[in-house]
Amino acid sequence: MRARTRRLGIVSVAAALLLVAASLVFIAVKESADLFWTPTKLAELGGPTPGLSGKVGGFVAVGSLSYDSPTEIRFEIIDDAHSITVVFDGITPDLFEEGAGVVAEGAFNETGIFVARLLLAKHDENYVPRELKDAEGPST
Amino acid sequence: MIETGHLAAFLALAASVVQTWYGLRGNRPMAARMALSALCIMGISFFFLIISFVASDFSVALVAENSHTLKPLMYKIAGTWGNHEGSMALWCLVVIGFSVFGAIRLQTGRTRFEAVALGIQGAIATGSLAYLLFASNPFLRLDPAPLQGAGLNPLLQDPALAIHPPMLYLGYVGFSFVFALAAAGLIEGRIDRHWARATRGFVLAAWVPLTVGIALGAYWAYYELGWGGWWFWDPVENASLMPWLLGSALLHSIIVTEKRGSFAAWTALLAVLAFCFSLLGAFLVRSGVLTSVHAFAVDPLRGSLLLAGLLAYGGAALGLFAWRAPSLRSGAAWGLMSREGALMLNNLVLAVATVTVLIGTLFPLLAEVTGRQMSVGAPYFNLTFSPLMAALLVVLPLVQSWSWGKASISPNWKLAAIVGALLGATILAALFVFKLPFGAAFGLALGLWLLFGAGREVFRRAMVPSRLLSLPARVWGMTFAHAGLGLFIIGAVIETGASYERTIALAEGDSAEIAGWTLTLDAVRSGEGPNWYSDEGTLLAKSGSKEAVLTPSKRYYPAARMPTTETAIMKSLRGDLYAALGDRRVVDGRTLWTFRVYFNPMIDFVFFGVALMALGGGLAMMPMRKRKTEAKVPIEGPATPEPQRTKVIA
Repeated sequence: MRARTRRLGIVSVAAALLLVAASLVFIAVKESADLFWTPTKLAELGGPTPGLSGKVGGFVAVGSLSYDSPTEIRFEIIDDAHSITVVFDGITPDLFEEGAGVVAEGAFNETGIFVARLLLAKHDENYVPRELKDAEGPST
Repeated sequence: MIETGHLAAFLALAASVVQTWYGLRGNRPMAARMALSALCIMGISFFFLIISFVASDFSVALVAENSHTLKPLMYKIAGTWGNHEGSMALWCLVVIGFSVFGAIRLQTGRTRFEAVALGIQGAIATGSLAYLLFASNPFLRLDPAPLQGAGLNPLLQDPALAIHPPMLYLGYVGFSFVFALAAAGLIEGRIDRHWARATRGFVLAAWVPLTVGIALGAYWAYYELGWGGWWFWDPVENASLMPWLLGSALLHSIIVTEKRGSFAAWTALLAVLAFCFSLLGAFLVRSGVLTSVHAFAVDPLRGSLLLAGLLAYGGAALGLFAWRAPSLRSGAAWGLMSREGALMLNNLVLAVATVTVLIGTLFPLLAEVTGRQMSVGAPYFNLTFSPLMAALLVVLPLVQSWSWGKASISPNWKLAAIVGALLGATILAALFVFKLPFGAAFGLALGLWLLFGAGREVFRRAMVPSRLLSLPARVWGMTFAHAGLGLFIIGAVIETGASYERTIALAEGDSAEIAGWTLTLDAVRSGEGPNWYSDEGTLLAKSGSKEAVLTPSKRYYPAARMPTTETAIMKSLRGDLYAALGDRRVVDGRTLWTFRVYFNPMIDFVFFGVALMALGGGLAMMPMRKRKTEAKVPIEGPATPEPQRTKVIA
C-alpha cells in the first residue's frame, strides 16, 4: 500500500474516532454533569423543580436531624437565609453531624424534598468538599 | 540528624547537576558514576528522614505535623511518604534510582545516546530536587518542638496504603526514564528498532508498578472507605489512569517500532506524553485545584511550580519532537489490514479514551472559571470512556492474529458462528435469567470474548499444544495481560451491575435478611488499639449450613480527632459479603446500630484480573531467548557506526 493511501486511511479512522468521542462527550456532559445549589441559589432560581437532580450543599441545621425510619434520616441544609429539606437512607459519613458542612447528591421529589443518594461530609481537617470551601458557616 | 539529610539532599542536587553536564556532553561513564553517587547520597538523606519519623523527633516540623508516638512502627515508616514533602523526597529518590537502573541496564552499544539519556534523567532529578529543597522542604526544624505529633491521617494507616505510594511513584517516575530515552533518541535522531528494543523493558518497568499501584489504591478504597465500591472516577484516580492508558498505548506501539521500525515518531511522542501526564497528575493532585484525600499541599505556589516544571520539560521535549521527528526514518511498508494497522487502531482508541478522561477531569475546573459549579461522575465516563474501550476490545481478538505488513484474512466461519452463538446466548441468559442490566450483560460477553481470544492466540502461536511451554515469555505475558483484562471486565461489570446493598438498623439480638444471608447482631463492644479506640459490632451471618462472623468496626483516632470505618469482609466463591458499621441511633427508646451491608459478586475478579495484567507485564519484561529464526532478521544496531559529530545538540 502506498504511504499516501495509508495516511489517508489513518487520518479518516482517527477523524471518525474523534467525531464519535466528541459527540459522546457532548451528550455525556449534557446529561450527566451535576449542578450544585446552595439553599440561597436555589431560592433565587424559584425553588426546587420535581425531578431536578444534582448536588445541594450547606450546613446541617442544628436540631433538624430526625429519623423517618431506623435507617432513613431527615435534616435541613441551611445557609445564611434559606433551607432545603433532605432525606437520606443509609449510613452517614464519619464526620456528618448537626452544624457540620455537607454536600448531598441526589434529586428533588414531587414535594420539593431532596432525596440524597450520597452524602459527602468534611473528610478531615484538610479536606473540605470543594463546594463548601467558599461557604461561610451560619452565624448561629 | 535531619541536618545531615538536608545537606545530603543538597549534595544529591549537585551530583545531579554534574550528571546532567557530563551526560549531555556524551560522557557516559562519568554520568553513570554521578548517578550512582547521587543515589547513595539521596539514600542517606531519605534514611535520615525515616529515622526522624521512627524516633518521633518532633523538632522536625514534618514529623510533628504527620506522626505520633503511639503509631505502630510500620506506619511511622510509611508516614515518611504519607505527606507532601516526604512523598516528594521519595519521588526524587526514585528519579535518581531510575538513573542508576538505566546506567546498569542500558547496553545498546550507542554510548552517546546512553550518555544523553542519563543527562536528561539527571536534568529531571535536578528539577525534582530543586523543587524538594526550595518549595517543599521536609528537613525543616520546628522551634520549640511540640511534645506530641499531630498524627498521620488515620485513613492512611493501612497496609495497602503503606506500599501504594512507592508503587505508584515507581510507575509515574518510571516514565521519566522512558521520557529521557525518547528525548535522547530524538536528539541523536535515532528512534529505530534498536532504540525500541532497549526502551521497551523500561516502559514495562514503569507500567507494571503503575498497574499494581493503581490496583492497591482501588483495593484500599474498597475496604477502607466503606462505600462498597472500588473506583469512583475521582480526579485523583483519573490522574493515575491517564498515564496508565498512554503507557499501555506506548507498550503496543513500541512493539511495532521494535519489530518493524515503523511508528517511530508516534512512539517517541507517546513516551514523552506518558511522563507529561504523570507530571500533570502530580500537578492536579498536589496543587489543590482538585479536592481529594491526596491534596496534601493546598499551596498555590507549589502548584504553579509544578505546572511550570510540566511546561518546561514537556514543552522542551515537544519542541524537540517537532524539530527532529520529520527526520526519523520510516520502517517497513505496511497496509491498513495488518498487525501495524491493528496496533494503530489500538493506539488511536487509547489516545482518544485518554482525552475523554482528561476532559472529564478538567471539565469541572473549566466550568468553575465560567462561574458554574459542576461535577462529572461515573455517568459521564460510562457514556464516553466505556464505549470507546468496549469497541477496541471487541475488535482485539479479531485482529490480533493479523500478520505484519499485510494480513491475509481467511475467516473461520464455522468457529465464528459457534463463538457468536455462545456469546449471544450468554448475553440473553444474563439479561433474562440473571436480570443484569444491558451494559453488564454485554460486558460479561466481552470479557469471555477476550478470554477466548487470548486462549486462541496462544494456541495459534504454539501451533501444537506441546509447544505451549516453549513459547517466549513475552507471548505468555501478552496472553496473561489480555486474559487478565477479560477477567477484570467480567468482575467489574458483574460487581457494578449485580451488587446488592442495604442499610439495616439492629438492636442487639435483632436479625435481618440480605442476599440469602441472615445477619444477627450479637453485640457491639468497645475496643482499643495503639492509637485508637473503637466500637466493634459482631454480626453472625448464616446462610443454610454456612456460618460466618463479621466484625465491622468504627475507629476513633484521638490524635487526629477523626473516625474511620473498618469494614468486615467475608469472602466466598460467589463474592464478598461486606459490612460497615454506622452510627448509633436511639429510636423510640431502643438503641439501634446501623450497618451498611453489601453483597459484591465476583469482586475478586477485578483485583485478580489486574494482578494477572501486572504479572503479564512482568513476564513480557523477560529477555528473549535467542532463536534461530531471529538471526535472519537484521537489526540495524550497534553495527552501524554512530555518525561522528563534534558537538552534541542539547
